[in-house]
Amino acid sequence: MKFKPRIVAFLCNWCSYAGADLAGISRIQYRPNVRVIRVMCSGRIDPIFVLKSLQQGADGVLIAGCHPGECHYAEGNYFARRRFTLMKKLIEFAGIDPRRLRLEWVSASEGKKFADVINEMTEDLENMGSINLKD
Amino acid sequence: MERKGFSLRDELKVISLGDFSRRVFSFRNSGKKEKEKIGAVLVLGGGIAGVQASLDLADSGFRVYLVEKNPSIGGVMAQLDKTFPTNDCSMCILSPKLVDVGRHPNIELITKADLERVEGKAGNFKVTIRKDPRYVDLEKCTACGDCMDVCPVEVDDEYQEGLTKRKAIYQFFAQSIPNAFAVEKRGIPRCRNTCPLGMNVQGYTALIANGKFKEALRVIRETNPLPSICGRVCHHPCESECKRNEIDEPIAIASLKRFVADNYDLDSDREEIEKTGKKVAIIGSGPAGLTTAYDLAKIGHTAVIFESMPVAGGMLALGIPEYRLPRGVLEKEINGIKALGVRIQLNTEIGKDLSLDDLRKEFDAVFIAVGAHVSSSLNIPGEDIKGVVHGVDFLRSENLKGKIEVGKKVAVIGGGNVAIDAARTAIRKGAQEVTLVYRRSRKEMPAHEEEIEEALEEGVKLKELTNPVGILGGEGRVVGIKCIRMKLGEPDESGRRRPIPIPDSEFVLKADQIIIAIGQSPGLSFVKGEFELTGRGILKADPDTLEVSKGVFAGGDAVTGPATVVEAMASGRKAAISIDRYLGGKSLEKVEFKKTGEIAEFEPMDIKKEKRREQPLLPVKKRVNNFEEVRQNFDEKTAIEEAKRCLNCGICSECQECVEKCEANAIDHEMREEFIQFNVGSIILSLGFDEFDPKLKGEYGYGRYKNVVSSIEFERMLSATGPSGGIPRRASDGEIPKKIAFIQCVGSRDEKTNPYCSSVCCMYSTKQAVIAKEHLDVDCSIFFMDMRTHGKEFEQYYNRARDEYRVDFIRCRAPSIEEIPNSGDLRITYEEDGKLRDEIFDLVVLSVGLKPPKGVEKLSEILGIELNKYGFCNTSNFKPTETSREGIFVCGAFQGPKDIPESVTQASGAASRAGALLSSERGTLIREKEYPPERDVSWEKPRIGVFVCRCGINIAGVVNVPEVVEYTKTFPNVVYVEENLFTCSQDTQEKIKEAIEKYKLNRVVVASCSPRTHESLFRNTIREAGLNPYLFEMVNIRDQCSWVHHHEPEEATEKAKELIRMIVAKSRLLEPLKRERIPVKDSALIIGGGVAGMTAALDLANQGYNVDLIERDGELGGHMRDIYTVIGNPEKLDAQEYLQHLINEVNKNRRIIVHKNSEISDIEGHVGNFKARLIDNKKREREIESGIIIVSTGALEYRPSEFLYGKDKRVVTQSELEKLIKNRMDFRDIVMIQCVNSRDQEHEYCSRICCTVAIKNALRIKEQNPDANIYILYRDMRTYGFREDFYREAREKGILFIRYEENEKPGVELKGNSLMVSVTDPLLKEKVILKPDLLVLSSAIVPQKDNKELSKMLKIPLNRDGFFLEAHMKLRPVDFSTDGIFVCGLAHSPKFIDETISQASAAASRASTILSKDFVEAEGNIAFIDPEICVKCLKCIDVCPYSAIEYNEEKDRVEVIEVMCKGCGLCSATCLSDAVQQRHFTNEQICAQINALMER
Repeated sequence: MKFKPRIVAFLCNWCSYAGADLAGISRIQYRPNVRVIRVMCSGRIDPIFVLKSLQQGADGVLIAGCHPGECHYAEGNYFARRRFTLMKKLIEFAGIDPRRLRLEWVSASEGKKFADVINEMTEDLENMGSINLKD
Repeated sequence: MERKGFSLRDELKVISLGDFSRRVFSFRNSGKKEKEKIGAVLVLGGGIAGVQASLDLADSGFRVYLVEKNPSIGGVMAQLDKTFPTNDCSMCILSPKLVDVGRHPNIELITKADLERVEGKAGNFKVTIRKDPRYVDLEKCTACGDCMDVCPVEVDDEYQEGLTKRKAIYQFFAQSIPNAFAVEKRGIPRCRNTCPLGMNVQGYTALIANGKFKEALRVIRETNPLPSICGRVCHHPCESECKRNEIDEPIAIASLKRFVADNYDLDSDREEIEKTGKKVAIIGSGPAGLTTAYDLAKIGHTAVIFESMPVAGGMLALGIPEYRLPRGVLEKEINGIKALGVRIQLNTEIGKDLSLDDLRKEFDAVFIAVGAHVSSSLNIPGEDIKGVVHGVDFLRSENLKGKIEVGKKVAVIGGGNVAIDAARTAIRKGAQEVTLVYRRSRKEMPAHEEEIEEALEEGVKLKELTNPVGILGGEGRVVGIKCIRMKLGEPDESGRRRPIPIPDSEFVLKADQIIIAIGQSPGLSFVKGEFELTGRGILKADPDTLEVSKGVFAGGDAVTGPATVVEAMASGRKAAISIDRYLGGKSLEKVEFKKTGEIAEFEPMDIKKEKRREQPLLPVKKRVNNFEEVRQNFDEKTAIEEAKRCLNCGICSECQECVEKCEANAIDHEMREEFIQFNVGSIILSLGFDEFDPKLKGEYGYGRYKNVVSSIEFERMLSATGPSGGIPRRASDGEIPKKIAFIQCVGSRDEKTNPYCSSVCCMYSTKQAVIAKEHLDVDCSIFFMDMRTHGKEFEQYYNRARDEYRVDFIRCRAPSIEEIPNSGDLRITYEEDGKLRDEIFDLVVLSVGLKPPKGVEKLSEILGIELNKYGFCNTSNFKPTETSREGIFVCGAFQGPKDIPESVTQASGAASRAGALLSSERGTLIREKEYPPERDVSWEKPRIGVFVCRCGINIAGVVNVPEVVEYTKTFPNVVYVEENLFTCSQDTQEKIKEAIEKYKLNRVVVASCSPRTHESLFRNTIREAGLNPYLFEMVNIRDQCSWVHHHEPEEATEKAKELIRMIVAKSRLLEPLKRERIPVKDSALIIGGGVAGMTAALDLANQGYNVDLIERDGELGGHMRDIYTVIGNPEKLDAQEYLQHLINEVNKNRRIIVHKNSEISDIEGHVGNFKARLIDNKKREREIESGIIIVSTGALEYRPSEFLYGKDKRVVTQSELEKLIKNRMDFRDIVMIQCVNSRDQEHEYCSRICCTVAIKNALRIKEQNPDANIYILYRDMRTYGFREDFYREAREKGILFIRYEENEKPGVELKGNSLMVSVTDPLLKEKVILKPDLLVLSSAIVPQKDNKELSKMLKIPLNRDGFFLEAHMKLRPVDFSTDGIFVCGLAHSPKFIDETISQASAAASRASTILSKDFVEAEGNIAFIDPEICVKCLKCIDVCPYSAIEYNEEKDRVEVIEVMCKGCGLCSATCLSDAVQQRHFTNEQICAQINALMER
């Protein structure tokens, strides 16, 4: 059977979750590999969520928030960005390909972009193969 | 009406039902007429200004009616891609506000509506609103969009500026509020209106155009049981009326109908018809009788047709030759009618075989439809000679027997279809020469044009303007006919020109057979003596009911005389309705079965000419000797092409496809306009603006050149939700542009169109250029006159666009655009630096100006308000939000062109004024919902109920819902799972509540659509059932599952299962949350006693709150004390008089305490409860408590250090000049230098007011001394809005303007005792030397020096320039991100007095949303800190954007100030020890989701 990567996506309520909704309203089709967890702000993403997802067997993690300067909470996405850099290093240190973690800015009107990101990420992960932490 | 949770209908009272077409409703509050004032406000216009005004008022205790003409609120802002200067996504920031309006319990949203009437006066207006039908029930519509998929009609999408198409049933835009579809109708199409049967022509044409042939047949058969016949022989008046005639040729409607009827059949899943037991006898089986029988049989009556002839069909069978209507076609359709149980008894003549009485005895009713089969005579000599026959007899013989005697030379007399049919039959039967003799000209012939044409093709000769006067015989046979030539005289009663014989023009036409076809009459001998006949020999029936006598009805040709098939059918339908009424024992009344209403009229625009498709004809050679059908059917392709030519006049075609498709039964095409009356205390006008029509500037080629677009179109092109996903493409070839020109001032600053400046275009074009460059590799040039980037942070944006983004700014009014043939490229020739240049662009954007909204003249009459000379609302500078009628306020672009922040500010300002007028009625009309007490579930184990939504087929069509339901039942703690058709419907809410009760649920999960739109609805439902609203969770299996994995049902089902599993896991850990309430002190602290502070103080005091106004000087007045006159509307205002008036009002007001010579030394507390320490100049301290704080500390005029200021007395600033003018100065030569310390290295921003102030002072000087020479040295004249008028006046009065470049500033030096000013004119490249006796410096407005201290004390930020920085530049222009603190006036940024007044009122309005409440309520999902774990690293305090976490020294612990927390969770993610958690999004809850996903 073909490998089906599983992506955990943390979406901020105001921009990226709305963008994912817009993809739906506009009926833009994308790969069914993503499971969304809604948070109020991308700045809420605790590194533990990312680690836990990967440790439990998620093949990729997506964090999506408002574009820089557009955060509903003024600057939460900047924190997300800073933490993202750290998290990348962290998972790399843990022996995980850092490409499995991705940060994207998706606004409420970018339904197409959300779909593109999911498709692209699914494809990348397919190429990378399943995460196998026992290796 | 649109309200979730409340039904507006509940509150409606029908006040008049006298006129059925006008249903009038009235709100109950209108019963309070005796009351003096009404605590409700009407807001007219739902753009961003109207939205803001509504939210402010509704949040401060007033009932709001928001009336919007479109199907959704949002206005132009909803169309924008990004907003300047922050480049925020417009929809991202607007949408939450729209949602707030949609769910606000005190805002009644009335869409597709407009103001009809206003009575009463300030405090109590009675208003009437006209609400157009939406045709979609807002309570039922789930916005699933299924209807849109099946709708066959496409029209220009106005939201996309016509760049794409939408359907006739549509959602205005994806995030519309109300979140529902609407149907657009323009009226009844002319084709449908003209058709005697009222056939829905547009309906079936639209369906054919979409290839939906069966559906088209369904529409056709709804009104027509004989479509194959009508498709051939109908005289199709619809085609004569077709709107397409105005462009080229009508749609081939009849041919399309025939195409569908011939080729397709309806599936016969016909329901069993219940019999009524009533029997009706029908005499005659022509179209009238058949239609009546069909209609009666359909409703259960038994119909028996008696036909005297051996075939059924009447004239259809006997009169029309087979080459026009093949027998098979006729039989098929008659069989269709028989299939309903209609019996046809042939060869039975009434009056011979049976008597009328026999029928009356055996049947409950009789319908006479015997047609007109008796031919009329010519009444000329010789008619009885052998060889003379009558047309109908001739045709009948042929049709019945197929055998007929035909002469060699045949003359046919008459010009109708019978004459043509006879002539063509004669040809087919071997006549060598057939001549048609007609007394008028061909144009007047009643026969169908195409029939005449075909007859002539077949060899029939036409003798027009010829009248027979006698038939000549010889040897007992006809030998010829004597004729006379005619000419046409005046029109007769039929409208045709009357033929007059020309004397002495007789001639003889040789013929051996003469066929007379000049008309027929009914054969009614069997009723003679019983019923009355008219002079024309036709039966007299009641024209309204077709009743002849009790139980006997008559129709068709028998009562009309010879007419057409479709008229006979209509008559049959009318009779059927009357007969049914009669059989039901009801009294007869005028029968109306056609849809009535306004006819769809419009100007067809930009329609390409396209030839009508004609049915192919059998070649003449192949048809003249047989009776093969001449006209061949369309093929599928041709039918679709032809149907696509339809202009869709009615817009919605009423094909009913959407009704069939809508599982929620939300669509009702019979909705009508409604009139709603209610009383309000005040009205706020937020009507917005219209864009200037660039076609009016013909030189730019808009509408002619494909690649010239308007700026609003370009905005859509840039948008991710636009026609090409944010990548602009050229209309001519779809190429992505590489070089774009923007032309400014299209419809602005232009004497020929709009002389005023539209204020926003320079910025929006700069923004568009920047965004374009972000989206693609493109060069952008902006052709401008003066760059007007006068707003807060605008100049910086402009500089960035020029320096970082390399947008090319070209200072030149582009004279015209020329299209280069074939390439679609555009040439602009312009002058720069005195040289002519010539540049080619591949896309040109016209930056269109703003003009008053359409229809405003009428509205202003209804409202009784004045407009200014340009058609915007007339306001004065000191009362910027007040119209000329008391109690009616204005805001936004309707008051004058302005950008979003100013509109929002003014909206709040208007809300404050309305609130002050109605402060005594605050809280009288608001609704608060009563809930049962909350059930304590803390000791219970989780009992989870899951409701899985099918959303019609939106989810269930992809996701296997029953499988998901079964799977969900297996989860621990899940005690109940249910599947719903629509979980959001009203009845499902009741089912959820019952389930909570019955299964003792303490957690509820709904798996349906998006929590962003529906969470609040379900939270409300479970709260009504006694559960805490936070015990709810939602799973999005529609927008983020079934809709996006349409072709992968298995994967989508799997995904839905996992998503539910994750949320169920989270829901086990949900906790009931309390929203903390903090009492609010209902008084305000205002820091700064200038115009801003005093205005805010007065607004708040007038709204009923106490105010402490702090002023550090010994006097109130601030900056305004140095201003003497104000220029604007009226042209000259006395600033000092106004200031004095304001000070008096403040001093007089007993709610305001003024603290002069006082400063704040310390502030603590938070929203609802601030404590400020005040210290006065005598070092006395006191403490003031307040619920809110307004910062209105003003700004300063910069004291220049350059241009000899301070060194030479003749060098003054503009404010010093004001004093000189007041003291009637005496100077002759005056030079003013603009931008002194503005827009430079030190102060990058523009000080906004100096251009206008300079012009004001220059005009004042001219007034006092017309001979004065005044030079204004400037960089860009920024007299935005209506201030442009004064700039123009200044130029007209001879004030000279010399521009200088930033890098070539004017030089000022002393030569001897005289001042020397030198400036390089960039156009002439010449140095100009001026020797003024007064040099005036327009120096910058700079922030107060101690802003930093105040900023620290209040924990509110400053921008780079040192002005206070609001929470959000666009939508929260007077708020800070710290709740309860507001800003207005110059402390915010440089601005004019009218803008300051608006903003001060706005601050008061925003403050009132807090002060009006007893409590402020915290969010539910806020942070909390576990003091046991907290290590007091204080990192959370650093990251909190709302200063909502503080260290409590007394208790030595870190605490969350709950009312300040907004629930972003930054602190929680930052905390290394996990001591800080965000409620409802705790680490445990989120990790449970992750774990649940991975467990398999």
